Amino acid sequence: MSTPGEFTLSCPMPHASSPVITMAHGGGGTAMHRLIEDVFLRAFDNPLLAQRHDAARIAIDGARIAFTTDSYVVQPLEFPGGDIASLAVHGTVNDLAMAGARPLYLSAGFILEEGLSIELLLRLVASMRRAADACGVQVVTGDTKVIERRGGDGLFINTAGIGVIEHDCVIGPGAVRPGDVVLINGDLGRHGIAIMATREGLEFETAIESDSAPVADAVLALLRGGVEVHCLRDLTRGGLVSAANEIAQAAGVGLHLRETDIPVRDDVRGACELLGFDPLYVANEGRFMAVVAADDAARALDVLRGHPQAPQPAIIGHAHADAPGRVTLESRIGAQRILDMLSGEQLPRIC
Amino acid sequence: MKYVDEYRDGATTRRLADAVRRVLTQPRTIMEICGGQTHSIVKFGIDTLLPPELTLVHGPGCPVCVTPVELVDKAIALARRPEVVFCSFGDMLRVPGTETDLLGVKARGGDVRIVYSPLDAVKLAHKHPDREVVFFAIGFETTAPANALAVLQAQRDGLRNFSILASHVLVPPAIEAILSSEACRVQGFLAAGHVCTIMGFTQYEPIAARYGVPIVVTGFEPVDILHGILLCVRQLESGRATVENAYARSVRREGNPQALRVIETVFEPDTQKWRGLGVIPNSGLRLRDAYRTFDAEARFDLAGIVAEESPECIAGLVLQGIKKPHECPAFASRCTPERPLGAPMVSSEGACAAYYRYRRSETEAAS
Repeated sequence: MSTPGEFTLSCPMPHASSPVITMAHGGGGTAMHRLIEDVFLRAFDNPLLAQRHDAARIAIDGARIAFTTDSYVVQPLEFPGGDIASLAVHGTVNDLAMAGARPLYLSAGFILEEGLSIELLLRLVASMRRAADACGVQVVTGDTKVIERRGGDGLFINTAGIGVIEHDCVIGPGAVRPGDVVLINGDLGRHGIAIMATREGLEFETAIESDSAPVADAVLALLRGGVEVHCLRDLTRGGLVSAANEIAQAAGVGLHLRETDIPVRDDVRGACELLGFDPLYVANEGRFMAVVAADDAARALDVLRGHPQAPQPAIIGHAHADAPGRVTLESRIGAQRILDMLSGEQLPRIC
Repeated sequence: MKYVDEYRDGATTRRLADAVRRVLTQPRTIMEICGGQTHSIVKFGIDTLLPPELTLVHGPGCPVCVTPVELVDKAIALARRPEVVFCSFGDMLRVPGTETDLLGVKARGGDVRIVYSPLDAVKLAHKHPDREVVFFAIGFETTAPANALAVLQAQRDGLRNFSILASHVLVPPAIEAILSSEACRVQGFLAAGHVCTIMGFTQYEPIAARYGVPIVVTGFEPVDILHGILLCVRQLESGRATVENAYARSVRREGNPQALRVIETVFEPDTQKWRGLGVIPNSGLRLRDAYRTFDAEARFDLAGIVAEESPECIAGLVLQGIKKPHECPAFASRCTPERPLGAPMVSSEGACAAYYRYRRSETEAAS
């Protein structure tokens, strides 16, 4: 690699710092993180928010509570392997689980677009009830609004959730130590590809189904099994790489992952090759990453093996002190590269 | 994954890299033409397996990168028109024009849609007879047949609301332009396998002979790329300069006759402006007169749109292999994928984006 010479040129300030919201602000990459930091964190600054966890942990009269909220705008409303309503349960339940909490109660806010089929709404609400029952949570409060017909999106859902923390593990990036081991509970990329394929009318030989599922039981099983869990993160928007980068940066450690140890199904890999996507950046809705003490790694894997919420558990890497804040990958052929956060959305490429 | 995993096999790649090391006796510089190859090289770390005497430089084969700003500005002007549905492949959406990009137009209400095939745009034209559907037809020889088919389909269907904004570029004239430059330090080329799948490789034979450079038709997986490099180094070491095919599972010497016929029917060679490289004679394709009605530049008044490239961006030098991305003073500081100054930082196949994404620690260490 040649050494850069002396340069005195200066480039003009670019215009790409957009004065309006673009889709990149919702993509889970650096544009979204900057929006959160510059706008929301600044406005609402407080110690609980500053934890920047999937759920806030609050103590009320000795009871330790986890509290979270999430909005669901997925299109299409029904997709292979799930729908927006079950997703609205799984996503919020999983955010609570990432704080190590046992999910208890949800709120549900429905924003309905004029023209939405009542039959579809009934189907979705029934699906939501089934998902809540399966997760052991109840929807205990709600809200409904109707908006004028616009893009034909039909339905948005917001859910908030409360859970109770019943263990003494300190779970968060601050607990991550060099030497810790990184696990995930299953193969990556199915949700994002299933949505993409349905939305864009792409047909593959086999239908790829979303991995949308609750993971709270699997997380609680780890904690009950005595595994020293240091950090948890669900692998939603931005996929594994965004979650890993968030943890590495917040924890001030490096994370090193091995590509050959990360399970990705062949049909998902094939679809990603075709679209020019990297499955490690694709969204999941039933997958989480756990950073655990090195001594407990084998036990954690044992607990997850055979658990219905961990279809393909795997140890995929470790934390180290060498490059704080950086995520690296040992590629399939044994060379190393950086796994950087995406700037915006992954965009399908030309050729 | 069948037909992919065997070409990403660690043992085979190491064996090939060892063979390169054994054959190479002196410093050599090879250019891979295609952006897809550049990404494989940095993504898999192929160059880190090679001896330091072998330098890989990254060529102009990223269609997003070489599309002139002017054309992006024309796309933006079209996408802003209320009657237009503007269709594009995804990675063109973030390419900066003079003032904004297509994502910005979309955010302000422009009807900009990502499609996966130009035929999807033809379908949209059927679906919206009251709108003007424009497809951003950019790319190398690889995308030309599909774009030509879309035009033929639109003609067969009698569509009056479909057109393409075309910026097609051709590889052989670009190779000649690079070789003709006084600053050229490229001694051998890895030709782009998918371009040759369409075009064959007879066009490269006179170039190899005239300039005395080996040209090896090469695929995109680690084993393919190392195989191409090995053949290229062997030629250099034995003083040969011919065209060799290291991607025989996809490429035949004569190319794909059917695809060639479709291109020939719809397009004719034209002088083309390349972002970063300038104007190169006969290096592009334009619609033949018989299909002019499908040319967005003829249908809409875009003549007033002219744009200059940022003089500070060294994209041209990067695309010719004269400088590496991190040798730009703006690299990873004032120029990042979120705030790109030049196209190679935008496209997922651009050399600057590849270095930014996969190599920042190394380039930071070097600076």
